Amino acid sequence: MSRTSSLPVVVSAFLIGLLFGIGLLVAGMANPAKVLAFLDLAGAWDPSLALVMGGAIAVGLVAFRVAGQRKLSLLGEPMRLPARRDIDKRLVLGGLGFGIGWGLAGFCPGPALVALGAGQAKALVFVIAMLAGMAVFELLERRPGKRPAAS
Amino acid sequence: MNIDWAAFTPWSALIGGGLIGLAAAAMILFNGRITGISGITGGLLVPQRGDTAWRAAFVLGLILAPVAWLLTGPLPELRIDADYPLLVIAGLLVGVSTRYGAGCTSGHGVCGLSRLSPRSIVATLLFMGSGFATVFIVRHLLGA
Repeated sequence: MSRTSSLPVVVSAFLIGLLFGIGLLVAGMANPAKVLAFLDLAGAWDPSLALVMGGAIAVGLVAFRVAGQRKLSLLGEPMRLPARRDIDKRLVLGGLGFGIGWGLAGFCPGPALVALGAGQAKALVFVIAMLAGMAVFELLERRPGKRPAAS
Repeated sequence: MNIDWAAFTPWSALIGGGLIGLAAAAMILFNGRITGISGITGGLLVPQRGDTAWRAAFVLGLILAPVAWLLTGPLPELRIDADYPLLVIAGLLVGVSTRYGAGCTSGHGVCGLSRLSPRSIVATLLFMGSGFATVFIVRHLLGA
């Protein structure tokens, strides 16, 4: 884990980020108003985002099946596939809390970073608050006697 | 249920979703990593030797996606109705919770469901459920 990532790994991560962001823009997921229209089941419901998930998972199912049969990635990196299967309190509370934050503003982390790049001041505020929230988590994890964070 | 057919964009949703899936596919097949945006971003806050450059490169790619888009034409609509105090509360909640629950829409929702991971299926049902409930409360009970 301590070896330096190779240049191809860094370049591919950049291109993947670019592709992911363009996918979010095409899908409409970078637009919080559209995300909230999906989450508003009792209002004028826009089901589009269900198809975004469907389209992504259709490709992902194949890719992760292939990945599961490999020991190393195409660039020679170890396959870091999560092995945990337990449902713990952290997962449940984290999932519930994330949904509340998502429903309040219509932003999840990826789209917020894309909207930030689009020059939206409100996205910058959200991203700073999100980073502060992540920093709070790290501080709580480092309290003496705490077990180290997974992943 | 009252579907807003005028707002429904099935083709761009499917194509955009497909591109997101391709990005997640490339990340696992080339880099051997899960595309979990909260985890990748959170990892930048506690830099570890040799584990930072690829994270920064990925996040930079996301941020520059709209810039690349502008080379081809105007950006699609991005409407943020939430006011600043609400954005701060929402951002804090998303930040703490995604790290606490080890994932967000990309890591659990896209990659986890693609892996048929029981943890991710539970997490996705929970954050979708609480997202639906939150919007219901805000828009229909509080009438905001």
